[in-house]
Amino acid sequence: MFNILQNSFRVGTATAEYPRLAPHLAEQFRGRPQFEFDIWSDARPAADRCPTGAIAICDRDDARQVTVDYGRCIYCGECAAASANGAVQMTQEFELATSNRSDLVLTAEYSLNPDGSHAELRSAKGGPGIEDAGKRIEAAIQSLLGRSLAIRQVDAGSCNGCEQEITALNNPVHDIERFGIHFVASPRHADMLLVTGPVTRNMELALRKTWAATPNPKVVIAVGACGISGGIFGINYASLGGVDAVIPVNVFIPGCPPRPEALLHGILLALGQMQRLSHSNPHG
Amino acid sequence: MTSNLDELRERFPEQIRSIEEAIPGQTVVLLDGPDATAITRHLLSEYKARLVTVFAEDRLKAEGVFYNYYVFDRRGDTDWVILKAPVPSDNRKFPSLAAELPSVNWQEREIQDWFGLEAEGHPNPRRVALHDNWPNVHPLQKDFPLDTVLPPFEGERHVYRPTLGEGVFQIPVGPVHAGIIEPGHFNFAVAGEPILYLQVRLFYTHKGTEKLFENLPIHRAVFLAESISGDSAFSHGTAFCAAIERAANIEVPVRAQFMRTILLELERLANHIGDIGAIANDVGFVIANAHAGRVRELMLGLNETLTGSRMLRGMVAIGGVRRDWQRVQVEAIEHTIERVEREVRDLVAIIQSSDSTRDRLERTGVLRSDKARTLGVVGVAGRASGIDLDTRRDHPYEAYRQLSFRVPVYDVGDVYHRVRVRIDEVSESFRIVRTAVAQLSEGEHCAPAQPIPPGRCALSAVEGWRGEIVHWVRTGENNRLERCKIKDPSIDNWPAIVEAVEGNIVADFPVINKSFNLSYSGTDR
Repeated sequence: MFNILQNSFRVGTATAEYPRLAPHLAEQFRGRPQFEFDIWSDARPAADRCPTGAIAICDRDDARQVTVDYGRCIYCGECAAASANGAVQMTQEFELATSNRSDLVLTAEYSLNPDGSHAELRSAKGGPGIEDAGKRIEAAIQSLLGRSLAIRQVDAGSCNGCEQEITALNNPVHDIERFGIHFVASPRHADMLLVTGPVTRNMELALRKTWAATPNPKVVIAVGACGISGGIFGINYASLGGVDAVIPVNVFIPGCPPRPEALLHGILLALGQMQRLSHSNPHG
Repeated sequence: MTSNLDELRERFPEQIRSIEEAIPGQTVVLLDGPDATAITRHLLSEYKARLVTVFAEDRLKAEGVFYNYYVFDRRGDTDWVILKAPVPSDNRKFPSLAAELPSVNWQEREIQDWFGLEAEGHPNPRRVALHDNWPNVHPLQKDFPLDTVLPPFEGERHVYRPTLGEGVFQIPVGPVHAGIIEPGHFNFAVAGEPILYLQVRLFYTHKGTEKLFENLPIHRAVFLAESISGDSAFSHGTAFCAAIERAANIEVPVRAQFMRTILLELERLANHIGDIGAIANDVGFVIANAHAGRVRELMLGLNETLTGSRMLRGMVAIGGVRRDWQRVQVEAIEHTIERVEREVRDLVAIIQSSDSTRDRLERTGVLRSDKARTLGVVGVAGRASGIDLDTRRDHPYEAYRQLSFRVPVYDVGDVYHRVRVRIDEVSESFRIVRTAVAQLSEGEHCAPAQPIPPGRCALSAVEGWRGEIVHWVRTGENNRLERCKIKDPSIDNWPAIVEAVEGNIVADFPVINKSFNLSYSGTDR
């Protein structure tokens, strides 16, 4: 017993102070890739290397539409390695959660040279929501005080990578309970479902039933590239794709898997949603 | 084993069409029909071989037949022997081995479900990989498109075997569980507290992974391999790349081999440390789990420094690794290992000194050695039950040939000894990492990219932290794959949990289950 106490005193406080302070990130950590559309001379090598189809190109006549979907991205860095002139660069941004799926999608349109490279950027749009999330979270943290949030985690088909990071939220470093947030054993006790995907055909019914068993008001978070879009698995004979193919989703947390701080950011963001839901519909 | 195969040819002249060592150390014995029973029996009894995995391949379009493959190895011999048994298209049946070799029970039923080949004489031929309500489809047949849309879930539900008797109850649990774990269904039959009989139903996370491998260019498929089982991303990624490298005869630079070895051991360390804490947690020793979770974070931080990902993703590549290390990164390994080793020593000491914890772990969830052998149990769970297997030693890959390490084996087979194996392996891993870092030479970190020649088959095996991972590939045209078979150690070990829980109280199921810590996604694919 003495040893156990001595050990704990020696260690002291292990908990990181995110979100009050920025987390410690290794210099090598790969967050959101940043696309400088105006200097991107060719999207094809990146689209070819992208493992999940997060970068998609559609050529019509002499024009190309490029779509970048952070909801499919697994942050592997292949697009940055494949693109010249630093047109695509890996940043360390990880606070990418959003309540609006379309916030995660960027599009750009180019006119083309005869060899298929980009001649001129005609238009580019999308993505402002991601930056906004940082501001919105302040409000969420405010409203959080005095609340207790019960989360039921549902693995609807994941590779278990996301589960590793969700479990890490309970360790002393990330210690999600300091916010009054805890994981519960039954959907009937839950305010929030934290769902990983892709949703498999064999889990569809269980997910629907879990959602139905969760009392109103409830919030659903889709976690990770697979939870948002099906990720590398996409939609196939055994996979229905993202969580929103089966139940309504309020917040999307990109990543593969999202690091614990990214999960925490998304959960706090969803809490703001929850507050709004309870005010507008006090009796569920 | 390869050198003795003339004896096999002489003994079975009618059944063996050819014997060929297409890849060094991998001998393919082509049979003249679907019946591999006699030769399998002979290999098991006379050669003391072990049946590692069984799987099928649809070659109807190319050769007019299906093939079943039976992979064997044996102790003290690094070679693999692969029986290749054609199953004709007009009589899609093969004799089942499951009655005498329970270890192939699920894998034969996978062949039935996925390829539509009937395992004749299988003692329990029900569906396993496709649930009961699936229409009559066989998704790994070549003419079944990956993106086929099936009707939604309805119709017949799985019927569990009833357990009858006075005071006997059945407790259904899952697929959505109480903790943050993967989905599966457990049906406990209990009389009071003790478990009489457990039925496990899996494949809830079946997501078409093997089929998907046939539909992705190889350079993208590496990332799919990392998503077979997320806690083993680097091990599965390496097994996949090694299979391609063997098929295409790509030489991995020495530096990359050592880098891979270090990362494989770091994956083992992070998972073992997490498990040691989680097992203590499941018997109420929460403080140990808190320390383990904290120490595991140090390892994940190191992973991020070395690969850009806490889960070691996006690092392994065909021919080596994607990114080289600077001196400062290599120093981070040394510093972190030194600190973590100290921390683990303290962690183990507080667990060992807690009598109440040991009391809950000892004699709980015993998997007897003979049962483990019959079921073909591998990895940590096998070594705790007297099964002396470790791919790193038995089929050395990457830099393991140059490294010496001890393989801990106990024959008690309880939860405590599954923890014990992990504790021993953690200290071995520290040593392996240190030696590998010391021997890390300068040089290339990846072989130059080259086209992958079509029509080559190769097998690779990696000792993931959980146990033996096997990948088998057939390459296709245009840098694609014709087939990729994945064997995660979990599929070997799940049936052992059923044995280990028998007679234990329901309340001990979580800790017994955790002491195996099997991957559902790796099993279900």
